[in-house]
Amino acid sequence: MFDDLRDLYQEVILDHGKNPRNFGKPAAFNRTARGDNPMCGDKIAIYLTVGDDGTIQDLHFDGRGCAISQASASLMTEILRGKSMKEAEALFGYFHDMCTKDEDDQGDHGTLDEDATDKLAVMSGVREFPMRVKCATLAWHTMNAALHGEATTSTENASF
Amino acid sequence: MADLLNPTLGNAPYDVMRVRQDFPILTRLVHEKKGRAGKPLIYLDNGASAQKPRAVIDAMSHLLENDYANVHRGVHFLSQRSTDLYEATRDKVAAFLNAPSRENIVFTRNATEAFNLLANSWGGRFLSAGDAVVISWMEHHANIVPWQLLRDRIGINIKVVPVLDDGSLDMDAYEAMLTPEVKLVSITHASNVLGTVNPAARIARLAHAKGILVAFDGSQAAVHQPVDVQAIDADFYIFTGHKLYGPTGIGVFYGRKELLDKMPPWQGGGDMISTVSFENTTYREAPYRFEAGTPAIVEGVGLGAAIDYVSTLGMSAIQAHEQRLLAYATHRLSEVEGLRIIGTAPDKAAIISFTMDGIHPHDIGTLLDRGGVAVRVGRHCAEPLMDRFGVGATARASFGLYNTEAEVDALVDAVQACKAFFG
Repeated sequence: MFDDLRDLYQEVILDHGKNPRNFGKPAAFNRTARGDNPMCGDKIAIYLTVGDDGTIQDLHFDGRGCAISQASASLMTEILRGKSMKEAEALFGYFHDMCTKDEDDQGDHGTLDEDATDKLAVMSGVREFPMRVKCATLAWHTMNAALHGEATTSTENASF
Repeated sequence: MADLLNPTLGNAPYDVMRVRQDFPILTRLVHEKKGRAGKPLIYLDNGASAQKPRAVIDAMSHLLENDYANVHRGVHFLSQRSTDLYEATRDKVAAFLNAPSRENIVFTRNATEAFNLLANSWGGRFLSAGDAVVISWMEHHANIVPWQLLRDRIGINIKVVPVLDDGSLDMDAYEAMLTPEVKLVSITHASNVLGTVNPAARIARLAHAKGILVAFDGSQAAVHQPVDVQAIDADFYIFTGHKLYGPTGIGVFYGRKELLDKMPPWQGGGDMISTVSFENTTYREAPYRFEAGTPAIVEGVGLGAAIDYVSTLGMSAIQAHEQRLLAYATHRLSEVEGLRIIGTAPDKAAIISFTMDGIHPHDIGTLLDRGGVAVRVGRHCAEPLMDRFGVGATARASFGLYNTEAEVDALVDAVQACKAFFG
């Protein structure tokens, strides 16, 4: 019945959705933010440890949400560990474009870590499911809010 | 199950397959794509909005093609024609609710606007700091937020009747809540999430015994069962057109005449005035006093056609059909391991909210949709209720007069496939 949904729910996503990595509130962190998707009830919190040099040394998340949002958050925590704030922002921009725009319309986000972009490619299926884009991007928006010292973000904000 | 498969009401069979032919959209396929056959639409999102019968579509087109002009103004032929057709809906709504008179019926944009009318006009005039309004834990945001806005403006209190584990209203707690500072009870007649049908007559009787007025949100109840505002003794009753197989943009606010007469206007402009001068403006009588500006004329006529349509089928016959579907769907879904139905009150409208172990409602929604089954997932504009039942969201199948047992089977098949997918 759902064969063509495999583009959206790739095995990697199902795996991360069921067994999210870096899940739970860590003992120590120095930046955090909460993200809300009031349309579907998803709530997420991101906990970052950012070093003096601006490197994301550690990041975790917790909260509840659909397979897409949990997998996206889980993948993000794996990808961003060790990245600079600048790199994280560039990857956010890349990911956001990947989820929302056709390939031809995606912006130039500079030179990005290929490992990271390869991993993120599994999420590109959401582009065909406009109602699910916010599920995929919630964790990234929340991470971005935490990086910039904002306590909360919501999918109902204009910037989404 | 025999009676489920052969639905009859008395001697008159409710022919659901015949009824389905009245709804053009039900023949369409969804998710059709090059190289992929479409799926028949199985529309189980009636609680959010119902589909429209040909009669409603035709009434609106006919008005636009033949009789359209502005209403309540102008002496010309079409203006009179349009006014007659639009105002006929007021009579139809009055009959539909068994209201004493057409003058009890105020048209609004939707149920939300009707609650804002109630809170602003009646609440603004008759409530003051320290007074309380009783609502319930199972309210739609439309019957929560207008009271919060009023609270923030004038300092009223809001008391919330709890909900029992099966989704019934806690009537003992309700009764205990009816203290002297309470001036209004504003409670849903049927829950859009749990399906619970609240004992409206008893709610009103208990309140009236203490001199407290009662408003009901009939958005879900009025589409699933006959409503008699005099029998339940409602002071105010609210519903929306688009869930009753009518168009969007038109809702109904019923009020007892002596209450409406005392309520001030809440929006000003054309149509609601008697005389206007820069020094002194006087307002029309109710219900027109509450209808400022050009109304939703086409939609009003559409609502009239919708009421004609459901009345011809008979609200009791519709209710009997939907109750059979509810019983069948509850039975079938209960057999799915790991599926939890939220809301199991004895008296329910044909609405089933559910969660599934290990599968988020949003994912359920996407998968069911791919099987052609349209359900709603999320918080259903009832966030406090989600918290009450410890769920972030639910999936909700809400049935309408055109749904069939075969569609229930398709829902269950899709749910099973969903389980296998996430296995």
